Amino acid sequence: MSQTAYKKIFARPESLKDNPTHYCPGCGHSIAHRLVAECLDELGMRCQTIGVPPVGCAVLAYNYFNFDMVEAPHGRALAVATGIKRVRPDKLVLTYQGDGDLAAIGTAETIHAANRGEKITTIFINNAIYGMTGGQMAPTTTIGLEATTTPGGRDPDRDGRPIDISRMLAVAEGAVFIERCALTTVKGIRRAKKAIARAFQAQLDRLGFSLVELLSPCPTNWKLPPKAAWQWVNEEMVKTYPLGVIKDTTGYEDKK
Amino acid sequence: MAAKGKVKIDRERCKGCHMCLEVCPTGSLEVDQSLNKKGYTPVRFKEEAAEGEKGCTACTQCALVCPEVAIEVYRAQ
Amino acid sequence: MPSEKMLMRGSHVVGEAAVRAGCRYYFGYPITPQNELPEYMSARLLDVGGAFIQAESEVAAINMVLGASAAGGRAMTSSSSPGVSLKQEGISYMAGMELPAVVANMMRGGPGLGNIAPSAADYFQATRGGGHGDYRTLVLAPAGCQELAELTFLAFDLADKYRNPVILLGDGLMGQVMEPVVFPDPIDPKDLPKKDWILDGCEGRPPRAIYSMLLGQQGELYQHNLHLQDKYDQITAQEQRWDTYKVDDAELIVVAYGTASRIAETAVDDLRAAGLAVGLFRPITLWPYPKKALRDLAKDGRKVAVFELSLGQMLEDVVLSVGGRSEIYFYGVPGGLIPTPAEAAEFLRSVLKGDGKVGRRVEL
Repeated sequence: MSQTAYKKIFARPESLKDNPTHYCPGCGHSIAHRLVAECLDELGMRCQTIGVPPVGCAVLAYNYFNFDMVEAPHGRALAVATGIKRVRPDKLVLTYQGDGDLAAIGTAETIHAANRGEKITTIFINNAIYGMTGGQMAPTTTIGLEATTTPGGRDPDRDGRPIDISRMLAVAEGAVFIERCALTTVKGIRRAKKAIARAFQAQLDRLGFSLVELLSPCPTNWKLPPKAAWQWVNEEMVKTYPLGVIKDTTGYEDKK
Repeated sequence: MAAKGKVKIDRERCKGCHMCLEVCPTGSLEVDQSLNKKGYTPVRFKEEAAEGEKGCTACTQCALVCPEVAIEVYRAQ
Repeated sequence: MPSEKMLMRGSHVVGEAAVRAGCRYYFGYPITPQNELPEYMSARLLDVGGAFIQAESEVAAINMVLGASAAGGRAMTSSSSPGVSLKQEGISYMAGMELPAVVANMMRGGPGLGNIAPSAADYFQATRGGGHGDYRTLVLAPAGCQELAELTFLAFDLADKYRNPVILLGDGLMGQVMEPVVFPDPIDPKDLPKKDWILDGCEGRPPRAIYSMLLGQQGELYQHNLHLQDKYDQITAQEQRWDTYKVDDAELIVVAYGTASRIAETAVDDLRAAGLAVGLFRPITLWPYPKKALRDLAKDGRKVAVFELSLGQMLEDVVLSVGGRSEIYFYGVPGGLIPTPAEAAEFLRSVLKGDGKVGRRVEL
């Protein structure tokens, strides 16, 4: 009987280092990392990329991403990225930020980078909670979700409502592409990759600011096992954060 | 007849989230009850196709959802 | 070659000097009394193909400097006291990440919103590190427009040499007055030494990561802090700068920096004309403070009189330098009021007489 020859069709992208991650089982971060890395590989841009990680669970992203990176104080990634882009306008500059980094402490920097139409791409990981610090309320924590600082669940009167920063940013003319995807279904992951690729393209074509919001599971701080956490995104979180293109003035054709 | 696809799982990288199992359409993955070094129950590829199944089709859905990039997928030539 | 002599306002001098020193990136926010500097840079950087951003806040501005510096550019920001308070986080990060930067502070009255008059009450903020952690920033204290020009050049050089933020400490008066200036030779940024640690894309080399967080269990942060301390020791050994005026036979040395030193210098001249033996010790680097130079002057029964536009901040460094070797006196004017040379002279006469009428004796 002859040996069947097999060809490898799926492996770690070059823009991702081989290091095992510290992320929890079932966390969405490393999926997001992989998609960003795959897109950079396909664009051939690994060596032309400079990235800014957040303060948050992904603070050590430079141990995983295989390109130049510089740390930023909490929330300031888009200001740091703006400074980088002024000095290196020909490089692909990206920030990778969580919900607290981008929509709490960094709100001003986020809005103004988008408003200036910075040719920068932001990968926004929305897991509706503060992961790194142990599960406190995030600006995107949904009503009823019990965080460590919302006893009994987030209450609109006491704690305010979850913020939809992506829709707010869409008002800025400088923002040209904003899409929200989920990392918790096969279809969602495939769609997320396309969105990230389009966001990078918008930067390379110097159209303006691009952002991809990725609904991401946080099993540990939601106190759910991975499967239930992924289901919660698919069934509950999308009610507050519906998936889809929020803004697209790129003019790129939609490839099915 | 050899299956159309096969999968290699790095059992020491696997954190036992088992989401790959959830999305595999051919039943080609199963839980390995012996713990890896980190104390997780990793997933392993069934070298022999399950009863009545055609075996792995290299659809890559497992690798797509794996948060640890612990899965490599191979397709028969 | 150095420029011709020009008459220029202090805030503009800093901008012009920065551009001539090879700075191509300015990020700032309006705040009185230094608005003329961002305004100047917004136009001047267009001439040289640089980049100017009026940032959304002081916080954003310092972080833009951080990014630009990491990417290899000579970058600066400027502000005044309350705005510099906002920048402390960014400055601490840049010290920990070993990134060069120039931060110009044209001090005003505080605390809080204070007023927009010149004051010098940010000495602690500048020299003691207003941000968190064991770090230091070089602090340069010009006393007028010519020094604003020269020390701006020096600030960029020292920032690059030591990979550290440098604070250029001026005040609202210095920023507003117009004085004659000759600028040093201009520097083309292309001629600056290449930096082998910057982020410019990892073509042909392994990727670089610049960060200040060192969580490891093997004492990585401890080692890094010791490394920073080595650097600060080097700076202390090599970069102290000061000036002395008529100190050789002085019975009383007045210690003052910045605008206060200009006032004190006039008072010294007036008292010398009246036959009194006074002199001026003027630190130019506030960190590293020229401790030994001052201590060497505190002998032979000399009195030391500290004169500040604050409630007494440099005073502590004078006490550390002089110790018990001389009697130390203090007179300070906080809150943005500018004392006249006559007021300073009154203080110095009172110290010489020992009558305690103006200022106070500092008990150790």
